Amino acid sequence: MHSFGYRANALLTFAITILAFICAIASFSDNFSNQTPSAQIQILNINWFQKQPHGNDEVSLTLNITADLQSLFTWNTKQVFAFVAAEYKTSKNSLNQVSLWDAIIPEKEQAKFWIQISNKYRFIDQGHNLRGKDFNLTLHWHVMPKTGKMFADKIVMSGYRLPNAYR
Amino acid sequence: MGWIGETVDSIKSIKIRQLLTQAITLGMIVTSALIIWKTLMCVTGTESPVVVVLSESMEPGFQRGDVLFLHMTKEPIRAGEIVVFNVDGRDIPIVHRAIKVHERQNTGHVDVLTKGDNNDVDDIGLYADGQFWLHRQHIMGRAIGFLPYVGWMTIIMSEKPIVKYILIGALGLLVITSKD
Repeated sequence: MHSFGYRANALLTFAITILAFICAIASFSDNFSNQTPSAQIQILNINWFQKQPHGNDEVSLTLNITADLQSLFTWNTKQVFAFVAAEYKTSKNSLNQVSLWDAIIPEKEQAKFWIQISNKYRFIDQGHNLRGKDFNLTLHWHVMPKTGKMFADKIVMSGYRLPNAYR
Repeated sequence: MGWIGETVDSIKSIKIRQLLTQAITLGMIVTSALIIWKTLMCVTGTESPVVVVLSESMEPGFQRGDVLFLHMTKEPIRAGEIVVFNVDGRDIPIVHRAIKVHERQNTGHVDVLTKGDNNDVDDIGLYADGQFWLHRQHIMGRAIGFLPYVGWMTIIMSEKPIVKYILIGALGLLVITSKD
């Protein structure tokens, strides 16, 4: 009962159990953080709006995104993945979510930002339903922890509308 | 001549009892691990409740060797979720993020396009020929939790199978030579 093997085994099991417990507690502590993120998105310009050869609508936009996601960072946060998705409804699809831009925010200091870009990913519909379409721009964020449970939430901004004709 | 037979018999009987006990103990350990695994599969609703991250396509969030906990519910797939999927014809599951979702009215059928955070292009090149979207049947689960570094054992064992054999051999030796 007192050989090196038994002692090493007991020590290792204990160490692993404690480590697992610490990871669980770290993850649990994320529930108590007070999160007050804010964001604003403006569409500066519709660069072009066309129907592709195989019939799907495509639009290119320039967006102005301002956000403050600093309150999402806790001591157990490894990075925050933020993305902006255009969300709209068509007669064929009850929900369409198209990601237009995303960014990885590794540190709290970089979480308050202002950026002006054209859409990183192509905004293509399944069909040609985009003329005059009302849509929401939603800023989603996914908090990836150092260990444990991942959180996600979003801010929905509505009131955006695409032009009635191709240009 | 009788006492030789007696001694041989007594030696044989001790060994058999000990061997049987050890075999049963080993069997109990293996089956309880199996029970835990199958219960996890039931609770999380997916065939593989735990996966190891094998590629660098989700860095810096998920590094090679990290372990992801999966969960699958009837809830519809939404953009931004980290999904684990199998492409027809390949058996290595891929862990990427959904960037486009189109859900049909009424049927709830969904088309999903995925992309790794660290990749420059979306996953169309990874899907089967002629396939442009993932559907619900391809998706094995959503990642809900994460533990760093724990998966390195699995990576080492699958990339250098000699380590697997050495480990099993050492374990077997330990079982046989332990006195209780």
